[in-house]
Amino acid sequence: MIFTVAGKELRALFSSPLAWVVLAFLQVTMAWILVTRLDAYLTVQTQLMQMDTPPGVTEIIIAPIFGAAAVILIMAVPLLSMRLIAEERRNQTMTFLISAPLSMTQIVLGKFVGLYSFLILSVVLILVMASSMYLGGRLDLGLLGTLSLGLALLIAAFAAVGVFFSSLTAQPVVAATATLATLLGLWLLNMSQASPDSPFLMLALIRRYESFTKGLIDTSDIIFLLVFTAVFLILAIRRLDSDRIGG
Amino acid sequence: MNAPDQNQTVRATDLTRQFGERVAVNKVSFELNRGEVLGFLGPNGAGKTTTMQMLTGNLAPSAGQVEICGIDMLDRPTDAKARIGYLPETPPLYRDLTVNEFLQLAGRLHRVPRKELGAAVESAKQRCGIGDVGQRLIGALSKGYQQRVGIAQAIIHNPDVVILDEPTVGLDPNQIRDIRALIRELGGAHSVILSTHILPEVEQVCSRVQIIHKGHLVFTDSLGGVKAFRGRSLMLGLRNAPAIEAIAAVPGVAHVELARGGLFRIEPTTDTDPTDALVQAAWDGKWNLFQLAPAVSSIEDVFVQLTHREETV
Repeated sequence: MIFTVAGKELRALFSSPLAWVVLAFLQVTMAWILVTRLDAYLTVQTQLMQMDTPPGVTEIIIAPIFGAAAVILIMAVPLLSMRLIAEERRNQTMTFLISAPLSMTQIVLGKFVGLYSFLILSVVLILVMASSMYLGGRLDLGLLGTLSLGLALLIAAFAAVGVFFSSLTAQPVVAATATLATLLGLWLLNMSQASPDSPFLMLALIRRYESFTKGLIDTSDIIFLLVFTAVFLILAIRRLDSDRIGG
Repeated sequence: MNAPDQNQTVRATDLTRQFGERVAVNKVSFELNRGEVLGFLGPNGAGKTTTMQMLTGNLAPSAGQVEICGIDMLDRPTDAKARIGYLPETPPLYRDLTVNEFLQLAGRLHRVPRKELGAAVESAKQRCGIGDVGQRLIGALSKGYQQRVGIAQAIIHNPDVVILDEPTVGLDPNQIRDIRALIRELGGAHSVILSTHILPEVEQVCSRVQIIHKGHLVFTDSLGGVKAFRGRSLMLGLRNAPAIEAIAAVPGVAHVELARGGLFRIEPTTDTDPTDALVQAAWDGKWNLFQLAPAVSSIEDVFVQLTHREETV
C-alpha cells in the first residue's frame, strides 16, 4: 500500500515539468563543479605528486561535488516536497486517500517514499557522473560509499522536513517557504561562531554530513539523521490525524 | 450488543460532531440494510456532509459509533473503509492522470487483487458510461464526465456501502437518467446512501428517506411512509375565508397553515376527525366551503414542513 501511494507520487513528480527542471539544474551544476574541480586538480597535480600522502582524485574532485549537492538540495527539496500534501488538500483530493483503506501512517510514508525515491535518483545520477572519473584513473570506492550514504541520509532528513511542512498547510508555496527557511536555518547554524561542542550545533545537519565527506562513518551521525527523519514524519502523521479529529 | 446481522451494512449510533461550540450533528442514529437506497435530505448546513464524512472515516465523531458491516470505524478503520465507496461533494480526482490510471490507482488502494484489477476497471467504466474516455486526462474532461469518473472510483472495489454526496450535480438530463438507473442497480446488491437536494430524484431512486435538520434527524421512513405522512391532514378551500385563527379555533384542529392555491392545510389533533366540525363551522360562519379533501404528501411537503417550520419558531 505504501508503495502504491509512493508510485502515485513518483508519477505525479515525473508528469510535472518542475521535477525535470530540478533534475536538469542539479545535473548541470554538478557537471560544472566537476569540470572546474578537474581543472584545478590538473594544475596542482605536479605539486601533489611531491607530497608524501597526496589526496586522491575522489577527495579533491568528487567530495566537493557531494558537498555542493547537499546545498543545492536544500533549495530543491522544498520545491519538490511542497505539493505532496498541501496540494491534495487544496484540490480536496485528500478525501480520496483518507477514504481508502489506508492508515495515516501509510499515507505519509507513501508520500515520503515517493519523494525519497526521486531524490535518490538524483544521488544515483551524481554517482554515475562521478564514476566517469574511472576513464582517467582509479577512485576511492570507500570514500564514494560514505559520500553516497551520507547524502542519502541527509536527503531523507530534508524530505521528512518537506513532508511535515506540506502537511501543515493547504498552500504549497507556504509549505515550500517554511521548508526552505527551516533547512537553511539548520544549515546556517553550522556557520555560527559558537564553540564546536555547543548543543546548538547538534542540530546542524550539514555538520552531521561533514564526517561522511571525510570518509568517516560515525554511528551517532547516522542515528541522529535517522531520528531527525522519523521525528518529522511522526509529526506529519500526527498532524493529519488531528485534521480528522479537529476537522 | 446485538448479534451481527448479515444484512445490516451501516449502523450509526448517537453520532455527534461538534465544531467548537457549534453542534453540527447531534445524536444521529440510523441503520441501513443491504439492498436499500437511503435518500439523505436536508437544507444546506444541516449536517449532511458532516454525517457522511463521519460514516466514511474522514472525520472523527465527537461521540457515537459507526459500524460498517459490523466493523467499528474507530477500532478498525482500514477494514471498515475497505467496504465503503465514497464520492464526496467535490469529486477527488487527480487531474494529471488518465481515467484508466486513476481507476487503477483507486482499485489498488481499495485492495482489488492485481489479477482482477483490469476487469474491475473495465466494469466500473462501463457501468458509469465512460468506456470511451479511458485514455484521456481527467483534467481535460467535462464536469459531467469527471462526476462519472468520481462515481466509478467509488464502486470499483464492489463495496458493500456506496455513499454518494450529490452525485448528479453538473450532469445533463440524459446522464442524470443513466446515473439514477445506476444507483437503482447498485441498490440491488449494495447499500447506497444518497445525499441530494433534488427531491424528485429521491422519489425515483430511494427506498427510504431520512431528513436531517440542524444536526437532528427529524424524519426517517420508507418512501411509502412519506405518502402516508400526515395522511390525516386535510386541505380546506374557502371562498370567503375568515382569519386563520377562526379556523384554528374549530374543535379538533391542531394547526392551520396557508397552502398553495389559497387552500388551508388543516392538521387534526390526534385521535380526532375534525371534518364534521369544519363543515359545521363553515356553514355557521358563511365561509363558503368549496373543497375539503385529505392532503397527499410529497417529499417536498414533508421536507418543507419539517425543515421550514422550525426556523420560524
